[in-house]
Amino acid sequence: MNQWEVVIGIETHAQLATVSKIFSGASTAFGAEPNTQACAVDLALPGVLPVLNKKAVECAIRFGLAIGAEVAQKSVFARKNYFYPDLPKGYQISQMDLPVVVGGNITVQVGQGDKAYEKVVRLTRAHLEEDAGKSLHEDFEGKSGIDLNRAGTPLLEIVSEPDMRSSDEAVAYAKSLHALVQWIDICDGNMQEGSFRCDANVSVRPKGQAEFGTRREIKNLNSFRFLKEAIDFEVQWQINEIEEGRRIQQATVLFDPDAGETRMMRSKEDAHDYRYFPDPDLLPLVISSEWIARVQSELPELPVQMRERFISEFGLSNYDATTLTANSEIAAFFQLTVGIAGKQNAKPCANWVMVDLAARLNKDGKEIAESPVSAAQLAGLIRRIADNTISNNIAKKVFEALWNGEGATADEIIDQQGLKQITDSGAIESLVDAVLAANPANVAEFKAGKEKAFNALVGQVMKAAKGKANPQQVNDLLKQKLAG
Amino acid sequence: TLCTAKKSLDPMSLTLEQVKRIAHLARIEISDGEALTTQGHLNGIFQLIEEMQAVDTRGVEPMAHAQDVSQRLREDAVTEGDRRAGYQAVAPDVEAGLYLVPKVIE
Amino acid sequence: MINKSLKQLSQALAAKQISSVELSSLFLDRIERLNPSLNAFVTVDREKSLKMALAADARIAAGTAGPLTGIPIAQKDIFCAEGWTTTCGSKMLANFVSPYDATVIHKMHTEAGLVSLGKTNMDEFAMGSSNETSFFGPVRNPWDTSRVPGGSSGGSAAAVAARLAPAATGTDTGGSIRQPAALCNLTGLKPTYGVVSRYGMIAFASSLDQGGPMAASAEDCALLLNTMVGFDERDSTSLDRPVEDYTRDLEKPLNGLRIGLPKEFFGEGCDAEVMAAVRAAIAEYEKLGATTVEVSLPNSHLSVPAYYVIAPAEASSNLSRFDGARYGYRAPEYDNLEQMYEKTRAQGFGAEVKRRIMIGAYVLSHGYYDAYYLQAQRIRRLIANDFVEAFKSCDVIMGPTSPSTAFKLGEKAADPVQMYLSDIYTIAVNLAGLPGMSIPCGFVGGLPVGLQLIGNYFAEGQLLNVAHRYQQATDWHQCRAAIE
Ligand SMILES: [Mg+2]
Ligand SMILES: [Zn+2]
Repeated sequence: MNQWEVVIGIETHAQLATVSKIFSGASTAFGAEPNTQACAVDLALPGVLPVLNKKAVECAIRFGLAIGAEVAQKSVFARKNYFYPDLPKGYQISQMDLPVVVGGNITVQVGQGDKAYEKVVRLTRAHLEEDAGKSLHEDFEGKSGIDLNRAGTPLLEIVSEPDMRSSDEAVAYAKSLHALVQWIDICDGNMQEGSFRCDANVSVRPKGQAEFGTRREIKNLNSFRFLKEAIDFEVQWQINEIEEGRRIQQATVLFDPDAGETRMMRSKEDAHDYRYFPDPDLLPLVISSEWIARVQSELPELPVQMRERFISEFGLSNYDATTLTANSEIAAFFQLTVGIAGKQNAKPCANWVMVDLAARLNKDGKEIAESPVSAAQLAGLIRRIADNTISNNIAKKVFEALWNGEGATADEIIDQQGLKQITDSGAIESLVDAVLAANPANVAEFKAGKEKAFNALVGQVMKAAKGKANPQQVNDLLKQKLAG
Repeated sequence: TLCTAKKSLDPMSLTLEQVKRIAHLARIEISDGEALTTQGHLNGIFQLIEEMQAVDTRGVEPMAHAQDVSQRLREDAVTEGDRRAGYQAVAPDVEAGLYLVPKVIE
Repeated sequence: MINKSLKQLSQALAAKQISSVELSSLFLDRIERLNPSLNAFVTVDREKSLKMALAADARIAAGTAGPLTGIPIAQKDIFCAEGWTTTCGSKMLANFVSPYDATVIHKMHTEAGLVSLGKTNMDEFAMGSSNETSFFGPVRNPWDTSRVPGGSSGGSAAAVAARLAPAATGTDTGGSIRQPAALCNLTGLKPTYGVVSRYGMIAFASSLDQGGPMAASAEDCALLLNTMVGFDERDSTSLDRPVEDYTRDLEKPLNGLRIGLPKEFFGEGCDAEVMAAVRAAIAEYEKLGATTVEVSLPNSHLSVPAYYVIAPAEASSNLSRFDGARYGYRAPEYDNLEQMYEKTRAQGFGAEVKRRIMIGAYVLSHGYYDAYYLQAQRIRRLIANDFVEAFKSCDVIMGPTSPSTAFKLGEKAADPVQMYLSDIYTIAVNLAGLPGMSIPCGFVGGLPVGLQLIGNYFAEGQLLNVAHRYQQATDWHQCRAAIE
């Protein structure tokens, strides 16, 4: 394995967030009865013609601007000709020689914590095209049923350069892209419904070799887990093939998640000749600089820009800022939290969102958007830590109580459950005195040089205070008394 | 690429195999006899077309449309409702709202 | 009544001299009597027609009639008309009852109130110049039933020439309105590309196809054209221009009109007697105050080759939708999907259509695209530029429409190349996207000869004026085929 280098490029189909299809006025809503959202144009009745959806173009412009790409002043729609029952016209309207978006790149963070590193993935292009329908294979006694509701749904096909060198990098890229298209509101990102699907082009080559190996394309990966599993399987398979003296043949394969294997697509066995040519029914798409400028002015703050701001405005580390801008929901939650808790609490806000909240969400399998603890509640909690009303340990208790809906605010829970920190030095002193008196053995051990005995005494004081004593004050007083 | 392609473009070189390959590409069943007749016709037509090859068109912008205008855009609005019953009335084979075809193999 | 102009019919209807039901019945009776020997109509539905006539009479009575409300007309069977079988001359669509109206059909019937007498025969998918490729058998020329009427709008031409209809629609991709008009002594107009909507007009070659009127005179064509044109938001190539009244300039004197005579149209390749008739017509124009100037269309000899690359390329893709899956013909027997496609298309298409699909697939295929398709598009540009140059020194270009008069049925059927050459004078106009007309200008051996008029972009009004003034001065267009 070690002498092999993996090379991965990814093609992603993101369904654009329009209400109607790219070339017709039929609805794109998911889940309708079969063929009830396939109009004359989608069905390719004789004589029908396509007219381009403005919103789809605007989505492409947004994407181009968000990745620092060139938005083509002129792009051209082409027909990709092949026969398939889910393709009613016998051709897909796509873009070939002149795509709407050219170049650009995305910076992704690979791995977590100490092992995390940044990687810039270059994009080749992004183009507009129409989706195909669906073939249903069950229940029709040797026949397939065709539902054309999805036919004509607008897609942005986003093509990366073969810049990724591991399945982890591939997944990191796919996740960043997934977050970005939702961030700029051009795709709902719903992978179960097929709104975001990846094809991975995978090849291997001996380390140090300049040329790429022969690639195989894994089609239609609709979860990050499958993306990783499929690539890992494929890489191992290719290495085995080569090591056993066989050559890799260029092919299109499907991943079978149950078997954990990739297999050749029979429908793509005979080499395709798609006979691309400019669609005579559609004229060149011309995008004015005024339009681009308007879209630019309407674009939200992008992840990269926000990350820079988090670093400069809040003094966050690069890692924290990157993690907090990994998707728009996390970023929004953090910004709300810090807005209420105050800039001076940015670092604890970041930690709470990235660590405690993230862990708790993970435990319940929830998304941040579904968090039972709101940003306002979390901010209220963080403020009580900051003003010493509660300790960090008690805060975890309060957080859990907020999670379980035991109170509307941190203050309410602190109040009702009597969790307010004891900071009155007189009260703490009497607790310390009582503990010292009751535990002569520990005192003796400490004086004999056993540092551990000190911790036991702290524990006893905290226990007596039901955890509410200010830990710093307890420490200081104990040290003082034991020294005296 | 024009020059290299030109060399290989002997119109009489459209072989029977090529005729069959094109027929398959176009999904048209063709018998050996039909392929032979078609080969003759196509080669005649390509001889007619061949006159084009001698023309120097360097620097000429290909003309894909009769008018030099740009694509008009529609507003994103749903304008088409459900007309499944009407559309499927002319379909050869439907069941449960689906168009039926011989089994699709992926 | 049968021989009256549209204007006269309109007056008769307005004056209640005749009702639309009576007028339509008159023509329907003629169709019933004469169509069997001509085969001009493939679908006639008396009940449907009379229902439309009844509605028209109601509009006339209510005072909401337009200029042509109640006038019967024949529709080329390439236009989808809701509830009407729409075959495009093919077995593939022999049973296809259109579920929707073409824009032209909607405009003419629903808006203008014209009455459809039925659908006219045509070359299969408009591919032909003799009407012999129709699945429904050849159409016969009313001037000599052993001869072809021209094509592909041969059914419309024969119908009007035999007065089975006062006027008809046609479509013209490489001469399919002008050539049959010439061969049947009619006036036919192919408008500037983009003036008449293509929505619902079954596509042959999308960048060349254009619908237009076929009638007995320029005045009739102008009236009919008024009902056909207009911006259509369903057709991306439809041009959004101010509405014109094409009858407005009909009477303008021709003093000072500069007629361009392309030397390439007056050389070899044309029947000498046809040429003599054309020259006589030009002499008549000089009497009407026009002057002539020699112009050159140096690349016009390349129009047939370029056309037979571009049109089949577009057609091969346009006709991929006929796959037996959603509508139209499906082969009765097949073992799998591939066979269903191949047998359906082998059985559903006729020889000429299959030939053109195969030419198209070939010129677009890998390795040939640049040399054939792109080269043809470059030559198309050269041809269009020739016209731009020529129109700098003239207002209208004239020449023969067809190199010969109507040929015998079967005469050219076996030789595609000979057939293709019958459009040598008309094709360049489609490649350039210009408007063109054919008007009757004499007879050779009892067979009509057509004079072609080519105008600059959007000069339909001027062409109709030039044609009308000639028809005021001559009566070739009033000669009627003796068929009873
Ligand atoms: Mg792709
Ligand atoms: Zn794609």
